[in-house]
Amino acid sequence: MLRFLVKRTLSAVLTLFAVSVLTFLMFFALPRDPVSGMCPRNCNPERLERVRQELGLSDPLVVQYGGYMRGVVAGRELGAAQGGHCDAPCLGWSYVNNEAVTDTLVRVLPVTLSIVVPAAVLWLLLGMGLGLVSALRRGTWVDRVAIGFSLTGASLQLYFVGAVLLLIFVYTLGWLPVPGYTSLLDDPVRWAGGLVLAWLSLALLCSANYARLFRAQLLETLGEDFVRTARAKGLPRSAVYGRHALRAAISPVITVAGLDVGAALGGTVITETTFGIHGLGRTAVDAVRAGDLPTIMATVLAAAVFVVLANMLVDLLYAAVDPRVRLG
Amino acid sequence: MSLSPAAGPVPAAIGSGGTAGPPRDRRGAGHSPGRLAWLRLRADRTALASGAALVLFLLVALAAPLIELTYGIGPRDQFQDRLDGFGLPLGRAGGVSGEHFFGLEPRLGRDIFIRLVYGLRTSLFVALAAAVLTSVIGVVLGTLAGYLGGWLDAVVTWITDLTLALPFLVVALVLPPMLTLRFYGQRDTVPAAFGVGVLIVIFAVFGWTGTARLIRGQVIALREREFVAAARASGAGPWHMLFRELLPNLRAPILVSFSLTVPQFVTGEAALSFIGVGLTEETPSFGRMIYQSLEYLQTDPAFVLFPGVVIFALVLAVNLFGDALRDALDPKSAG
Amino acid sequence: MTDGPADEAGPLLRVRGLTKHFPVRGGPVRAVDGLDFEVRAGETLGLVGESGCGKSTTGRLLVRLLEPTGGSIEFAGHDLTHAGRRHLRPLRGQLQIIFQDPYASLNPRHPVGRIIAMPLRVNRIDPPGGTRARVRELMERVGLNPEHHNRYPHEFSGGQRQRVGIARALATEPRLVVADEPVSALDVSIQAQVVNLLRRLHRDLGLALVLISHDLAVVRHLCQRVAVMYLGRIVEIGDRDDIYHRPQHPYTRALLAAVPHVGQFGPAGRLRLTGEAPTPLDPPSGCRFRTRCPRARERCAVEEPALVRRDGGGQATACHFPGPDPLPAEPVRAMA
Ligand SMILES: Nc1ncnc2c1ncn2[C@@H]1O[C@H](COP(=O)(O)OP(=O)(O)O)[C@@H](O)[C@H]1O
Ligand code: SF4
Ligand SMILES: [Mg+2]
Repeated sequence: MLRFLVKRTLSAVLTLFAVSVLTFLMFFALPRDPVSGMCPRNCNPERLERVRQELGLSDPLVVQYGGYMRGVVAGRELGAAQGGHCDAPCLGWSYVNNEAVTDTLVRVLPVTLSIVVPAAVLWLLLGMGLGLVSALRRGTWVDRVAIGFSLTGASLQLYFVGAVLLLIFVYTLGWLPVPGYTSLLDDPVRWAGGLVLAWLSLALLCSANYARLFRAQLLETLGEDFVRTARAKGLPRSAVYGRHALRAAISPVITVAGLDVGAALGGTVITETTFGIHGLGRTAVDAVRAGDLPTIMATVLAAAVFVVLANMLVDLLYAAVDPRVRLG
Repeated sequence: MSLSPAAGPVPAAIGSGGTAGPPRDRRGAGHSPGRLAWLRLRADRTALASGAALVLFLLVALAAPLIELTYGIGPRDQFQDRLDGFGLPLGRAGGVSGEHFFGLEPRLGRDIFIRLVYGLRTSLFVALAAAVLTSVIGVVLGTLAGYLGGWLDAVVTWITDLTLALPFLVVALVLPPMLTLRFYGQRDTVPAAFGVGVLIVIFAVFGWTGTARLIRGQVIALREREFVAAARASGAGPWHMLFRELLPNLRAPILVSFSLTVPQFVTGEAALSFIGVGLTEETPSFGRMIYQSLEYLQTDPAFVLFPGVVIFALVLAVNLFGDALRDALDPKSAG
Repeated sequence: MTDGPADEAGPLLRVRGLTKHFPVRGGPVRAVDGLDFEVRAGETLGLVGESGCGKSTTGRLLVRLLEPTGGSIEFAGHDLTHAGRRHLRPLRGQLQIIFQDPYASLNPRHPVGRIIAMPLRVNRIDPPGGTRARVRELMERVGLNPEHHNRYPHEFSGGQRQRVGIARALATEPRLVVADEPVSALDVSIQAQVVNLLRRLHRDLGLALVLISHDLAVVRHLCQRVAVMYLGRIVEIGDRDDIYHRPQHPYTRALLAAVPHVGQFGPAGRLRLTGEAPTPLDPPSGCRFRTRCPRARERCAVEEPALVRRDGGGQATACHFPGPDPLPAEPVRAMA
């Protein structure tokens, strides 16, 4: 197990390293001049030149990359115009936002977390519930309704669902406030009220895949030998399903969920745009629009960290849940 | 490593063998496994209905200029005189009339119906082209990785992990302007085709790993089968091995992964346009229409509904047909 | 037949010290560990032994689906041991294999006519009268209706599929066919038909056959000579009648005793195989059979018995204390 953990960690670090190099190259090496991309029309030449110097763009790429990574790990000194000293996870300075990029991330991360975590709980419960019901009632109208629902969900677009929900619950019925973010610590009720539509639309769409996947897995494991053996030994139906089939069928669901949650934490761009909530996703898009290189770089890296971490967590959970993995 | 794709359930084992026993009739010519799948598909009502819908969508997309001619209105024609003082369309349901089937856009007053027809054309073209490219890359790399194994396999697996770690939307947002800058500089005018091409390439670059993983697994399973050993024992070279023995057995998984990627790319194109950085304003697109419509959610809800319903119908048809196709190719997986 | 006139040009197949070790974690699996045997043109050799003793690995080595770790394989005067694909190519047609699983061994996406013609195609052989005629002829020869050449494998029964596999192996008119458990996946009622087919083919075509099987009855029916394998080695080899009626090795005796109506012994021959064979990852020292051998003595643990001929005949046995007679008690210890 320790061996596995070490190997897994090493491969995760390698992946992150590759992502950082790739992103860095994409932003700093590909365009003719990254700074001109940063202020498209009305930047005066002096300011451009100053920014270029402060970013160290004339240094060789390796030096630039080294400096950046050193900043992430140990912090670094930036020019006075960039706020001077920059503490440990230093992601650089944003000329667009006029703040350290780390501060931006710290500000918007709770927003994205507030969207993703409750939504993920909802979509997993809904998806697996539907999958379970339709697997147990296979071939009946319950099954057909559940499949129909999940196919519909898989074909809907989040912005469309979001728009319809907004139209109904906010603009027509007036039951909910216009979506927005309030800190959970400040006012839990307003926090939930401002985000509930985002949770619902995400849950509606994402649960569809889980319902289909879980149903297929359940049907498969229910046909497997060890489940049949358990039933032959006279264990009651509920015990067989609960202890054996469910556990085996849940592993692939965990894998997909890990990837989905990891990806969602990297920015629920569409959700945030639809509901006008400013989280990591919106920050990334705005940074792209403004050509704000340090912020783009940081959001891409943050997203990669989430995916890689989620992936690792999944592999560990996998071993914990599926008896076959541990034995094999 | 992560073995499961980011999106969409993948059937655990696609009937590469076609071994699920069809009736062994002893009369008439042989039915190939492909032909049996086709017969099953033809007997499936859902498949027929969704297939017909898909054909209709394709025809509309192909015949867009013809439809424009008959309809008498172009996608960029503006009808400002049919808008009120606030720029909202006059009349019921966003200006729906015999002349403007789906009404008009607020502010610019363009015809929604003809813009949707052209949006469908864009969407289907991008999605199909990207899916073809994705399949080609994924099949080639997946087959080679699975058949040859070794370092190539390790590299492909690792790139797969890497692509999963990159946030698709953000990278897809960043790349087009950068590539434009690279190829056309600051002020040149960029042809719309360039934007479409870049989009297709981005989808393929991000999309091939799912196909490659699926194909790789199938090839590894096939490689162990004795008919491959029989060919090798007869002295078959790599060409015969890949194209005569393996590829015919990969048709089903290739079709399945194709049917899974098309709706992803339809959704992806719309999503990118929705964020507003996908295609340029001149190219009609579902996502962009919905994004623009959000502003008018309270004043002109019909503007949201039409593109939303059309894209839903399109993706639903693709998904239903894909499901039916999977069941036909692998009867064991059928509910 | 085997004791017939001295070989004019040497045996068709000559195997010396053939070894295959699979590298796995925890050391190499010694699947095949030093085999010596020969097959003459037109001869049938049976390879018997319990599951896992290395029979299939041997078969795959012979047709060079696997590359030997050591030893040598000589076929029709050519050294195949480490020959590359190009070098093997002209010989492939003369050396064919039939597999156990009639489902996995046929490409499900090809009509059987194309499956049967595959060896001709990859070797660019154009038989007289054309490929089509050759396929028809082959199908007839193995008892299939030639009209069915454009049907797919899933439309045939297990026994019919195995006939397709046999027809494919015969397409290039091979001189030696390795058949790896050709009937063990079939229903018992079908087995006899396929065994008879193989027998007829051998008689009519005069091809040499290496028949791999754990079924002693099948081997007895088809083979002129028999080699008994245990844990990657040959423990006894000889003419069929010698092996079946005068087995010398305790393992051969035990195998035969387990099959009714095959071996007939006096009370001394009543041996029983108990327990499982040890793993080829870590075979016992000395004689590999000693952990299960009722005759084992100290010497068996320290000295590996060589495969030696007895009485100048064709039968060779790898055992320190062969034969059906009760063991002499004491002198043996002195020897150790
Ligand atoms: N590719 C392989 N890798 C590792 N071990 C193998 C491989 N092929 C066979 N073996 C091992 O070699 C031994 C002999 O196998 P095999 O030749 O298939 O035996 P048989 O055909 O007599 O049942 C077995 O212990 C088997 O597990
Ligand atoms: S050598 Fe010894 S252990 Fe091996 S078979 Fe002969 S008597 Fe038994
Ligand atoms: Mg075997």
